[in-house]
Amino acid sequence: MGHVTIDPNDKLAVMIEETGYDDHFHEHHHGDKYQSGFIGHYIFSMDHKIIARQFLITGIFWAIIGAGMSIIFRLQLGFPESDMAWLKPLLGKWITVNDGVGALSPEFYYALVTMHGTILVFFVLTAGLSGTFSNLLIPLQVGARDMASPFLNMLSYWFFFLAGVVMFYSLFISTGPFSGGWTGYPPLSALPQASTGSGTGMTLWLVSLTLFVVSVLLGGINYITTVLNLRTKGMSMWKLPLPIWAFFVTAVLGLLSFPVLASGFFMLIFDRGLGTSFFLSEIFINGQALDRVGGSPILYQHLFWFLGHPEVYIIILPAMGIVSEVLSVHARKPIFGYTAMVLSILAIGFLSFIVWAHHMFMSGVNPFLSNFFVIFTLIIAVPSAVKVFNWITTLYGGNIRFNSAMLFAIGFVSMFISGGLTGIFLGNSAIDIQMHDTYFVVAHFHIVMGIAAFFGMFSGVYHWFPKMFGRFMNEKLGRIHFWGTLVGAYAIFWPMHYLGMAGVPRRYYSFDTFDAFKHFGPMNEFITISAIIVFGLQLLFVINFFYSIFRGKKMTERNPYGANTLEWTTPIEAGHGNWPGKIPAVHRWAYDYGKDGKEFIPQYVPLAEGEVAGDAH
Amino acid sequence: MTGLVIVAIFILLAVILVQIGRLTEVAAVIRGEENVAMATNNRNAVYMLIFLVVFLIYCVASAWFYKDRMLGYGPHTAASAHGGQLDSIFNTTLFFTGIVFVITHIALFWFAYKYREDKNRIAYFFPHSTFLEVIWTAIPTVVMAILVVRGLIVWNATMADVAPEEEHIEIEATGSQFLWEIRYPGADNKLGAKNFRLIKPGINPLGQNWEDTKNLDDFLVGDVFYLPVNKKVRVRITAKDVLHNFYLPHFRVKMDAVPGLPTHFIFTPTKTTEEYRQELKNYPEYQALSDPEDPESPQRWETFDYELACAELCGYGHYSMRKTLKIVSQEEYDDWFAQQQPYYMSNIRNTDNDPFKGKLLKVEAAKRARELKSEFKSAMDSDKLSTIRLKNVFFETGSSTLKDDSKYELNEVAELLKANPNVKVELGGHTDSTGDESANQVLSMQRAESVVNYLSSKGVSQSNMSSKGYGQSRPVDTNDTDEGRQNNRRTELKITAK
Repeated sequence: MGHVTIDPNDKLAVMIEETGYDDHFHEHHHGDKYQSGFIGHYIFSMDHKIIARQFLITGIFWAIIGAGMSIIFRLQLGFPESDMAWLKPLLGKWITVNDGVGALSPEFYYALVTMHGTILVFFVLTAGLSGTFSNLLIPLQVGARDMASPFLNMLSYWFFFLAGVVMFYSLFISTGPFSGGWTGYPPLSALPQASTGSGTGMTLWLVSLTLFVVSVLLGGINYITTVLNLRTKGMSMWKLPLPIWAFFVTAVLGLLSFPVLASGFFMLIFDRGLGTSFFLSEIFINGQALDRVGGSPILYQHLFWFLGHPEVYIIILPAMGIVSEVLSVHARKPIFGYTAMVLSILAIGFLSFIVWAHHMFMSGVNPFLSNFFVIFTLIIAVPSAVKVFNWITTLYGGNIRFNSAMLFAIGFVSMFISGGLTGIFLGNSAIDIQMHDTYFVVAHFHIVMGIAAFFGMFSGVYHWFPKMFGRFMNEKLGRIHFWGTLVGAYAIFWPMHYLGMAGVPRRYYSFDTFDAFKHFGPMNEFITISAIIVFGLQLLFVINFFYSIFRGKKMTERNPYGANTLEWTTPIEAGHGNWPGKIPAVHRWAYDYGKDGKEFIPQYVPLAEGEVAGDAH
Repeated sequence: MTGLVIVAIFILLAVILVQIGRLTEVAAVIRGEENVAMATNNRNAVYMLIFLVVFLIYCVASAWFYKDRMLGYGPHTAASAHGGQLDSIFNTTLFFTGIVFVITHIALFWFAYKYREDKNRIAYFFPHSTFLEVIWTAIPTVVMAILVVRGLIVWNATMADVAPEEEHIEIEATGSQFLWEIRYPGADNKLGAKNFRLIKPGINPLGQNWEDTKNLDDFLVGDVFYLPVNKKVRVRITAKDVLHNFYLPHFRVKMDAVPGLPTHFIFTPTKTTEEYRQELKNYPEYQALSDPEDPESPQRWETFDYELACAELCGYGHYSMRKTLKIVSQEEYDDWFAQQQPYYMSNIRNTDNDPFKGKLLKVEAAKRARELKSEFKSAMDSDKLSTIRLKNVFFETGSSTLKDDSKYELNEVAELLKANPNVKVELGGHTDSTGDESANQVLSMQRAESVVNYLSSKGVSQSNMSSKGYGQSRPVDTNDTDEGRQNNRRTELKITAK
């Protein structure tokens, strides 16, 4: 065993030493080579725990920017008459001052809306959520020393970082960032003469997101390989904790769908720069007929949504996995219907590939094709419903601790129900005729994949914060954060259903032109005020987060929650390789809570004589 | 300075909050962490219940409050034939999802409250139940099947194209940054061909191909367009530059406008604008002033109009692509329709862009025939012997050969004269003052004769006609302008006996 010394009083360490699996990791000294020095340790780190923290903190940075943008455009929507001149120091020429009254320019309004979507969907809820927790939890929960390729893992973060740098730069150029919506539909995105944001802003958007695709692919291939190949002894696929299943399927979805998006981006780049016309046909713009014909803008929509739809599951599956784990741990009960939960993740993952055109019911595709997409889309409701009922049943008969992680997990279930049910309206093409591109859609996806995914992320951060930083976040502030955000998020998005049912279209800079849309002033004010309050509460979270890294309550025991999974068997300050000696072997599933009169039985504990395995019912 | 103050306040607030957080931790240690944790846990369990109740009330109350503003409820029932079915599926879905929403939320928050932590209890080990899982897989499956079947029946009926023989009006909507242009097919009920390469702003805004005669009676409308109630309308939807979306919220009509790929939407308006206003009138929301600033302004229901909007992001002016649609009775529609000027006639006819410049159009010939008939009739009814100018008789320059286009007018004259065999006429030729006077005299004589010959060939008795050349002697206009000279070159039909 070389240099590893085991404290004989540490029962867990002794047990791992006795029953664990020896991979001879510590006999080679490669482990500490790339951890030495500040740069190697904290910046160009190849340790999955550091990379997880890098993803998380970068995600928080982008979340503040993306959410801050939404506050600015909500001010425009809620208080269109108000003076915005005070924002001039920040926004410069995008605030036009007439007679002393400053107004947000429509061009920049659309740029803000576009950037808000792009940043939140890709940088925060993909990289910040899946990037953080896949990195942190996959090796720890499957019982691996690190990712299969720590180097690719490091590259994955730095490509993401680079994508962020390019996108950040695009915010400051004179023509403004891209402003054609986060979906980037051509011809608006393909022709610089169509919109100021479609010039350099769009070029940078494409460059940034192409780099981002590289990041996702490098990360994804790593996650998949690690889950398939680096599971510890005894950890069969059917013994994996649910977050790992979720991250695994998420990575598969990303690996299969992001390249399709990249192909769409490349064609768009060609259309913009090389005179091709994949997406352009019969266009007359700026007083001139475009000489390129023969393409179809709808082709881009197919390519985009072939990623775009799996993308929403790339966002929500990790949140589902995290929530499943947190609910189980803090209800002190096994997750209800583990097998059904795994199968529903797989079913959702599979179905997510054959529903993409439900985003395109009204875009001119053959209405006959929509029949199939309606059927597949509504089938997704079935595995989703199974998950919801299983989460609720997990609470039934539990012994629930309402810490911040658990509160956010319960909030997630509520949000997922509320937002998921409106999906049943929108997935039915007949209803979508009226609801498409109205605020009903805005309400739907913000609740189901915006707020719900954030709740999953918060739940995970509060829960695994001690694992990341060896300290706890402040619970009081966490609970304020939760209750305020739960109430506030519903205050923001619930009324938007009514706006949508009144026919109000999304992406409107002002509603005054239309008599049908302009009589919701008080509601829009209410939404904006709620948004500002909720934004303030998120800053509270950020303060709590950074404060607790340095000053939070210290973690004094390895397994503070009494959880079964392997991440709680590592030392509080886990070094490179995660376990100082052997890797614990696994003998049971992760959900033996309350079994046989014991509060919890961790995965590394062998089955007692005559004991029936918890998952063998 | 303000910025600095804001930052300072923000930092102060942060410090206060962090201190509160720390204080509770410290207080917890003093009072015994265990007890404080239990109290907090119980308190949060109670919050769960409170939230449940308040949330459900908030959902129902807010829906009630807004019901008269939402489409499909209160006064806002659909104004199209298919719209009611969409609203009905919406409500069926709302019914099922509403039940699920309420039950799952009650279960979620009630369980959370009921099973809050109790140190003396161990959680119930309940990992799995095939029975329950089969039930809650089966129920959503059945409900989804119902919704899918209903939805698809309506979807396919709504999206079906019109059968070729089916009676309908086809209009065309073209989106561009940032307006809609609506084109009507004119009297022939057919939209003419167009080509984006022919677009010339201000001259040919839609790129209509004027060689396609179906275009010649097509007309474009201003800010308001009309459609008759209870008549099937097929809207052909096109775009010039980027994607747009043709959106008529009150009719449940929505379809992308795609450059290079015409789309369509078919709907039948079922309520006139006036009927819709009358329905709104009964609701307090619409009895308010249309302009709250102006106490003299009409009530909201009085100013209601159907609106056309854009529902696909198309650039910075996306929010302003408004047009008004008026649904009227068939008679009012016909009146309005009759008043519209074809774009070609008012903007293109006889300009350099007109491929038929200098040529007579069938529609013009037909119109002239009606005019001629009535002029002839009033000449017959009159006591005096009058002269009718044959406006559409043309000759090759400097020659007495009739142009082909003259046959419409002359055939009509022939018919009139054959129908009135007692009428005797003199056909007089006139020229302008260009060229030699005596040559003009001869030319006018020859031209009059060639008209007589033509009419005779069409069966008018030679004995009823005479011809005379007046040369340039009787101008009706100045000879100094092109237009004046054109007026002076003319053929006249003078009735000499009846």
